[in-house]
Amino acid sequence: MNYVALKMLFGDRAKYLMLLCGLTFAVMLIVQQGSIFWGLMMWSQSSVSNTNVPIWVTDPGIAQVDEVKPIADTAVDRVRSVSGVEWAVPHYRGLLRARLSNGDYHQITLVGLESSTLIGRPAEVLEGRFEDILQPEAVVLDQWAVERMGGPSVIGIGTIFELNDKLARVVAIAKTRKSFTNIPVVYTTYERALRYVPRERRALSYVLAKPRDGMDATELTARIRERTGLGAFTGEEFGWKTIGWVLKNTGIGINFGTTILLGFIVGMAIAGQTFYLFTVENLRQFGALKAMGTSTATLARMILLQAFTVGLTGYGVGVGLATIFGFITASGGGLPFVETWQLLLLVLVALLIICTVSASISIVKLARLEPAIVFR
Amino acid sequence: MELREQSSLPTGQPAAVRARGVVKSFGAGETKVTVLRGIDLDIYLGEMLLLVGESGGGKTTLLSVIAGILNVDEGDIDVLGVPLSELPERRRTKFRGQTMGFIYQQFNLLPALTAAENVAIPLLIQEVPRGEALGRARRMLERVGLGDRTEFLPKSLSGGQQQRVAIARALVNEPRLLICDEPTAALDGPNGQKIMELLREVGRTADRSVVVVTHDSRIFRYGDRMARLTDGRIVSIEPIIQEGTA
Repeated sequence: MNYVALKMLFGDRAKYLMLLCGLTFAVMLIVQQGSIFWGLMMWSQSSVSNTNVPIWVTDPGIAQVDEVKPIADTAVDRVRSVSGVEWAVPHYRGLLRARLSNGDYHQITLVGLESSTLIGRPAEVLEGRFEDILQPEAVVLDQWAVERMGGPSVIGIGTIFELNDKLARVVAIAKTRKSFTNIPVVYTTYERALRYVPRERRALSYVLAKPRDGMDATELTARIRERTGLGAFTGEEFGWKTIGWVLKNTGIGINFGTTILLGFIVGMAIAGQTFYLFTVENLRQFGALKAMGTSTATLARMILLQAFTVGLTGYGVGVGLATIFGFITASGGGLPFVETWQLLLLVLVALLIICTVSASISIVKLARLEPAIVFR
Repeated sequence: MELREQSSLPTGQPAAVRARGVVKSFGAGETKVTVLRGIDLDIYLGEMLLLVGESGGGKTTLLSVIAGILNVDEGDIDVLGVPLSELPERRRTKFRGQTMGFIYQQFNLLPALTAAENVAIPLLIQEVPRGEALGRARRMLERVGLGDRTEFLPKSLSGGQQQRVAIARALVNEPRLLICDEPTAALDGPNGQKIMELLREVGRTADRSVVVVTHDSRIFRYGDRMARLTDGRIVSIEPIIQEGTA
């Protein structure tokens, strides 16, 4: 009877397409909204992911990566002295204003990398050579800085601008993940960064570190916290801490969460209702099958087969469309869109649950259905 | 006054259906309506029994009770020697699938299935392999004169052709009891008569009973006996004198 169930499903093309469209729309809505939300969250911790180091040592009261609380310069040596640390380097991160030759001012995030290793540098470079950052007055921009500061016609390799009345010359453009605030990022060496910024008693933002081979990063962060009294996180922990801060301290979590939840409820309600209506509209046909000797268990199997077939098809098409949407709109990182397997799994499970629930409601209706309906 | 069956029954044939004191009501309390009020009826193998009477007289309910689709409130129904009212629903459903065929007023063909696939449904229900079921369905369609329409969808067939498909579907499983609810109601006169001729020619055999609920007086002549229901009671059961045999 599986054959009959599938023919019933596919045979009435108008109904099937309506059902498929409802489910596809529901899945697409949830995946698209969920991916945009997660994309935003990834942007919020892009300072961590763009730096890509195993361990961040911070002020013990740090809340998130972009809210820098400077620590004493001696922290680098203290971290290096902890057993299990392979290397530890200073890292500067702070806000500054850049003045272009056309007179425009732009707020930028200045990042200072330890000059001998350039640890914390972006992995990819779009133009120029990152190593040229070691040249006098050299800086490297991220791609979004070019966009925000007027575009390639205004700023590019060779452009000179001012940072706190000191000259900076662009030697390369790096590829990075966009940040939530989209403030341009200017990379330079740690020593030069300290020359650009006004003198403060404490200038060191973070210490970046790596555990020795075989040493667990989480265990080492606990040891660093214990031995130095500083904050220490793995890159992943610091990223999640930043995401948690954004969710808690901005309206994004509630606003976007509400949108996703509503999308989820509306989408799933559409899916469930559409399938239920499909069954109700076929009630007479099911009644005829029941009168001809089809057991309720067989009818239940047919309904479940129909529900899961259309559900999984709708899931595939919906995920496909959402992915194409993401590919088109977010290619190059211009818009936040991160489609994770966890989201896809969550939507799949939710869809299977809603298919089961709506099929179960239909099955209950069928179980109570008097096959005498066919005589009316 | 309730009339009992008269003696003009198919000689020596056993009863395919034996109903005794069947009562069936719907609703409860003040809204309770008793539709069947003590039906006694035998339907014999090899005969075509017509159930006639006014609308609301209980014909369709009696048909549903005979088919085991509705449970009786009181009384007994035996079909082919099996006490239907004592069977649990699952076994009753299986028994129905194995021994009965149905023809409905509205045909009730599945619109997404071809004629052959529709006819094959009772076999698929009995878990006959699909290839074999479709083969038997095509052969049955040939017997009802639709050998050239086996792959047509119901919407591509005329009303008469759809009812022929329904007849083929009802007979493909070689049921012992054929239950027909107003089989000609949705058809015009000539088509209705053709359907009844087909039912008599293909459906009515020595080891099968055919029960037909009908309002259509033009097809009365195709039956062997006629039972008249009024207000939930059988008020008469009479043999039908066939033309040329009187």
